[in-house]
Amino acid sequence: MSDTALFAAVFLACIVEAVEALTIVLAAGTARDWRSALAGVLAGLVTLAVIIAALGPAISSIPMGGLRLFVGGVLLVFGLQWLRKAILRASGHKALHDEAQIYQTELAMAERATTVRRGSVADWYAFTLSFKGVVLEGLEVAFIALTFGSNQHNIPLAAIAAASAVVLVTALGLALKAPLAGVPENSMKFVVGIMLTSFGIFWGAEGAGVVWPGSDAALLVLIPATGLYALALVSLFRRHAPVRVAPVPARTVEEVSAS
Amino acid sequence: MTAKLRAFGAFWYDFIIGDDWRVALGVALAFVATFAIGRWTSVPTWWIVPSAVAVLLPTSIRRATRPSR
Repeated sequence: MSDTALFAAVFLACIVEAVEALTIVLAAGTARDWRSALAGVLAGLVTLAVIIAALGPAISSIPMGGLRLFVGGVLLVFGLQWLRKAILRASGHKALHDEAQIYQTELAMAERATTVRRGSVADWYAFTLSFKGVVLEGLEVAFIALTFGSNQHNIPLAAIAAASAVVLVTALGLALKAPLAGVPENSMKFVVGIMLTSFGIFWGAEGAGVVWPGSDAALLVLIPATGLYALALVSLFRRHAPVRVAPVPARTVEEVSAS
Repeated sequence: MTAKLRAFGAFWYDFIIGDDWRVALGVALAFVATFAIGRWTSVPTWWIVPSAVAVLLPTSIRRATRPSR
């Protein structure tokens, strides 16, 4: 159960973030310069690898009780952020994430920017746009994979889940040469928010000394209960939703990533 | 240098804590209460964190949906 949940949570989170990163890289490559955009992707991946290499052993070296409390607590705060945004979107209080529109916004901004050469990078704007997209989106996935993996003592499985999602999204992106607007990102974010929150509650409470009734089987109650509660909140807050949510305005990469 | 450090701190604050610091504070207090009650009493404590989440999530959403004055 836990390994399946680990794989599913990391895979879904990674799909969502990879789709968002792909949109940014596609905009940078299409509107500017593919070579600089791909150099930005490579530099971003190297940066992520360095961060993971530094954080991975640091997290793994924390004793089990402390690890569960620390990682569970951070995962819970992080999961509540995802779930909060997902509920706001599903209840009509926040614009739905629309890759096609974000792509058009990024494309328009990229086309307006001036070209500056720095060192061997022909187009600095395309490079930094791709770099920031990959690092900011990838950081969330790295964080989720590391926390889930270290708690389950199965970082390799988390890495496989993350890598398969990246390969799948990259292959689809290369085949379509367009943002993956058809991916049900909003629903996937909702599911990931439920998983992060449920595991955060479970591990964090265990780290604080809780003995769960039924041990690991408590997750079989926690996950659906969190899901049902989130759906009930969507229904409750939908009643007070504004009639129409304003379209997504032009935003920077940082703002797109933060949403 | 100070500006860079501040930006670095702001990035991680936004990354972990996000839009509503009260949620992070509420989660921390729930863990402290769980630890304290579990250590000094024989009362079961598994319900404390889920109950805190059940209160923190809707109140945070309520704050986000409330029209700004």
